[in-house]
Amino acid sequence: MGFILNEMQSSNPQMNAEKYSSNYKMRNTPCSSSNKLRTYKADLHVHTVLSPCADLLMTPGNIIKRALASGLDIIAITDHNSAENVEVTMELAKDTPLHVIPGMEVESSEEVHLLCLFNRVDDLLKWQEIVYNSLPDLKNDEDYFGYQLLTDLNDEYAARVDRLLAVATGMTVEEIVDKVTKMGGLVIPSHIDRPYNSIITNLGFIPPKLKFPLLEVYKGTNPQDLIKRFPFLKGYSFIKDSDSHYLDDLEPMMEFRIKKVSLEEILLAAREKDGRGIILKQVKR
Amino acid sequence: MVRQIVLIKQLRKGMIVMKVRELVEKLDLEVIVGKSLDKEITGGYIGDLLSNVMAKARAGNLWLTIQGHQNVVAVALLTEVSAVIIVEDFDIEEEAVKKAEEKSINILRTPLSAYELAGKLFELGIK
Repeated sequence: MGFILNEMQSSNPQMNAEKYSSNYKMRNTPCSSSNKLRTYKADLHVHTVLSPCADLLMTPGNIIKRALASGLDIIAITDHNSAENVEVTMELAKDTPLHVIPGMEVESSEEVHLLCLFNRVDDLLKWQEIVYNSLPDLKNDEDYFGYQLLTDLNDEYAARVDRLLAVATGMTVEEIVDKVTKMGGLVIPSHIDRPYNSIITNLGFIPPKLKFPLLEVYKGTNPQDLIKRFPFLKGYSFIKDSDSHYLDDLEPMMEFRIKKVSLEEILLAAREKDGRGIILKQVKR
Repeated sequence: MVRQIVLIKQLRKGMIVMKVRELVEKLDLEVIVGKSLDKEITGGYIGDLLSNVMAKARAGNLWLTIQGHQNVVAVALLTEVSAVIIVEDFDIEEEAVKKAEEKSINILRTPLSAYELAGKLFELGIK
């Protein structure tokens, strides 16, 4: 397990990527070769102190501890328009049972929030370059927006990101889906039922030509209630995340029944292939 | 000139209805798609959140927005607005233009802000 760090420091990115990817998928799952289905409690939408709106206690180390304590097996780190705290989180989690999926929550030009998940952290970092090039050249004002902090392996604040992250990129929803998918990533519209920054609120409905395999609903929502309000959602598969900005928000809202932790398996679960599935925590009305 | 003043007075009293074509001329609007400029105008609505526009815009309204997504065309079709006016010279997706041509949805554009344009529309008696 210890060689993840060595690989992250490798000077050959191609080799790095392949080894990292296979190691990432295999680690902590000694049974992964046995092709057995297992249940993983998952939360694919977690913000760190890099997101200006997140609490200052949302350091990767604290998140990992709290995630494990709450019974989570998988988290995705998804800061606003940046992925700079992902590698440190993966590194800190590598000797724990927690799986960390590299991700980012991107804001489209229509101000729609989209989770962008990758199997490989280096693909995510390539995507980050594209996102950074598409952000307006504005400086973060910490008094208005909050702190955008990077942390180190001691889980201490190490640096601040100066550019404003809490802002729309210049890419449309379509462009984001197209680019991320081509890079091997998965795009899931965030909190589709929220009254702002959501695909339904901002665009009225989901553009039919975009075939999203998964949509994220807000914590307090049952998809069947949502389908009654928006019949066009019929036939979609859903996930439910905590969208944590505070440590207390972290709790499992869904379970994946999959063979191993990878985006491919999650996609198979979305289609309920061969016994796989996604079980959402139901909320009482 | 006199005729125009009379027309505006009549318009303000609700006696006549302005067509999109006349509005384009009066306010020098850019016509991006203008396949049904004979549609009649009945008031207006401003909004960039399409879900809200779907609920609030009325048939015949002018819809002022900065949103250039192709869903704009579908919402315009659904609400039966007389024209979409893209304000502040915002971009509109090519796909949206194609769909608007297919469905004969008027798409106009102006460098004015929604606030400035709404003021001018009120001056013309479109309320």
